Amino acid sequence: MKKKWFIMFLVLAMATVLGACGGKSSSNAGGETSVLDGGAGENATELSYWTFVELHGQHFEKMLEKWNAEYPDRQIKLNVTVMPYDDMHNKLSIALQTGVGAPDISDIELGKFPDFLNGTPQLVELNDVIDPYRDTIVQSRIDLYSKDGKNYGVPTHVGASVAFYNTAILEEAGVDYKTIVTWEDFKKAGIQVYEKTGKYMGTADTSATWQLSQLLAQQGSDFTDENGNPTINTPEMEKAMSILKDLQDNNVIATIAGGQPDTEEAYGEFNAGNYATAFMPLWQMSRYTNYMSDLSGKIAIAPIPVIEEGMPRSVGGGGTGTVVTKTAKDIQLAKDFLAFAKLSEDANIEIWNTLGFDPVNMDVWNMEDVTHNPENQFVKYFANNPFDVLNDIKDEIKLIKSTSASPTINNILCTVTLNEVFEDGKDIKQALDDAQAQIEQELK
Amino acid sequence: MIKRFLYSQKVAPYVFVLPFVAVFLIFWVYPLASSFSMSFQKVTLGQEAQWVGFDNYAKLMTDGVFFKAVTNSVIYMILTLVILIPFPMLFAVLINSKFMWGREFFKSSFFFPALTSVVVAGTIFRLMFGEMDTSLMNSVLGFFGLDPVKFLKGQATGYIALLVLATWRWTGVNMLYFLSGLKNIPEDYYEAASIDGASKFQQFTKITMPLLKPTTVYVLTISIYAGLAMFIESMMLWNGNNSPKNIGLTIVGYLYRQGIEKNNLGYAAAVGIVLLAVTMIINLSQLAFSGLFKKEDN
Repeated sequence: MKKKWFIMFLVLAMATVLGACGGKSSSNAGGETSVLDGGAGENATELSYWTFVELHGQHFEKMLEKWNAEYPDRQIKLNVTVMPYDDMHNKLSIALQTGVGAPDISDIELGKFPDFLNGTPQLVELNDVIDPYRDTIVQSRIDLYSKDGKNYGVPTHVGASVAFYNTAILEEAGVDYKTIVTWEDFKKAGIQVYEKTGKYMGTADTSATWQLSQLLAQQGSDFTDENGNPTINTPEMEKAMSILKDLQDNNVIATIAGGQPDTEEAYGEFNAGNYATAFMPLWQMSRYTNYMSDLSGKIAIAPIPVIEEGMPRSVGGGGTGTVVTKTAKDIQLAKDFLAFAKLSEDANIEIWNTLGFDPVNMDVWNMEDVTHNPENQFVKYFANNPFDVLNDIKDEIKLIKSTSASPTINNILCTVTLNEVFEDGKDIKQALDDAQAQIEQELK
Repeated sequence: MIKRFLYSQKVAPYVFVLPFVAVFLIFWVYPLASSFSMSFQKVTLGQEAQWVGFDNYAKLMTDGVFFKAVTNSVIYMILTLVILIPFPMLFAVLINSKFMWGREFFKSSFFFPALTSVVVAGTIFRLMFGEMDTSLMNSVLGFFGLDPVKFLKGQATGYIALLVLATWRWTGVNMLYFLSGLKNIPEDYYEAASIDGASKFQQFTKITMPLLKPTTVYVLTISIYAGLAMFIESMMLWNGNNSPKNIGLTIVGYLYRQGIEKNNLGYAAAVGIVLLAVTMIINLSQLAFSGLFKKEDN
């Protein structure tokens, strides 16, 4: 009898301990959560959505209203949670690994996407909802989020790389950015800028590979070969690094606090007018309007310089694939809404209006009333219209492949190699050989 | 029946230790055992884990970044010991001395940093050690006519930033341990010693230091562990787990990178087991050396 009581007590004690910790861990995913009803009625299905960019939530809010108005019998309430970049991807990865706690819909950034395609992806195949729009959107942006012909992510933008010139600094130095065509021109202009103003023409990035991607794409090369294996110590890569190193040695470009233009520290440096140029994907526009308000009216957009005239002048950079997880409550509803919210023509127009991205439906690029709307905040901010440049380079936008090796390659280049070359002056060939060896070791 | 149970002297002790044992089993033994078994597996998304024998450990032995992480952690641990044991002890003795004024003020101001969150402190230190000319540390250097330094991009300067943060945060805590140790040393010893003509310095080395030994051993043990397991400080200082040339990468940081960021849980488990082994070896030998396992002879 005594034993029975003892066992009961034991169970009780265990339950208390477990209950206590269960209460803590079952709290929400962290970050800021807000419920968007978008005019939904009581019978609306509630879907959850994770993102690392607050603005993406605003885009979904607009599209949600349209969806609920158009499909009154399939209304949705969207539970948006915004988390910091690393946190969101780490939590999503654990949730998918364990099969518990994942949202219905989530953003995954391109740099992290291959990790979610490892093994058997815990994401839903989206081919059937993408099909109706397939002809209208840039195919290569879908391929980025695909594995074995199955599309797992819906793209947000093209991310065409362009040059952002601070015309105030250039005018002071007597440089006309429109005459810059090759890297040689850029170097001459940069030397002039440094001599006249003491300011740097551009940045030597140590924590991002935007510039390298641009230089590789111009040479028709990539970080990986056709089988997805890393190719870091190639002549093309050496050439790209040499061009940048030469610019750095001539005080044309210099390392920047934060390591690349898309960081908090760098926004401050740019806003203070210490650097004249950023070579970034088009979405850098929203960073200008949000964080560099002092530069309003001074920034002009232009094609990136090339090694030799005639080489392609742009490459798609970055990207966010939105996915539906296998554990979603109503998979079909989530899929249909996702396609509606990101692939329809309306959605593509909103992506430009709200987010300032170059939409994947390139027909939108030619809609004068949308792209040249004088009320648009991006049109107002920049010295010239971004779409004039985009339409000019439209057929030259190359692609850097995303493979399962990409996250590792990116990690090694951005933490070790670029720092060694631009901060410590290590020999380029040696640094690239070391990087190749380290990447191969990690991928084993 | 209930009464017999409640008043049973045999059962009571078990009931009292039960919560601890349960917590220990669920949150310590079980995770440890499953990490141990996981370290022999390859865990892939959406698939059954595969047994791969010693593959993870073999890979670890040839992994340069892992050794970089171990070196970083060990150097950081040693440097924190060098700073965070003698100085707090000295401060504790000073504050404890009879001639000290404003004792409570110093105690609380030394302890205050420990109350702030590492996340907040780390972020502020990151800004203080920023590479711009206008960051606090570079302004100070500029005041003395020195050139600005990219603190968080160099190995030595990176350690300086980490150690300043650690010193600022933990001096007060260690000082409190030593203060409580000092309170246990009877005043009579010092009186007797001064009557015999011992100087203050002799009193410190012959009375204070030996009698503080249990406290010192305790502080040493937790400091070794804290030094080797350091992670958040580095993560906040470099605004993420990826520092330039891995100068701020620690063992736990590497575990986090492999397990959480790269979703390679099997390999990360192997890293964790090695960390456990290293910590246990260092701490057990340290404890054996300081005589903890010797039988007390009365």
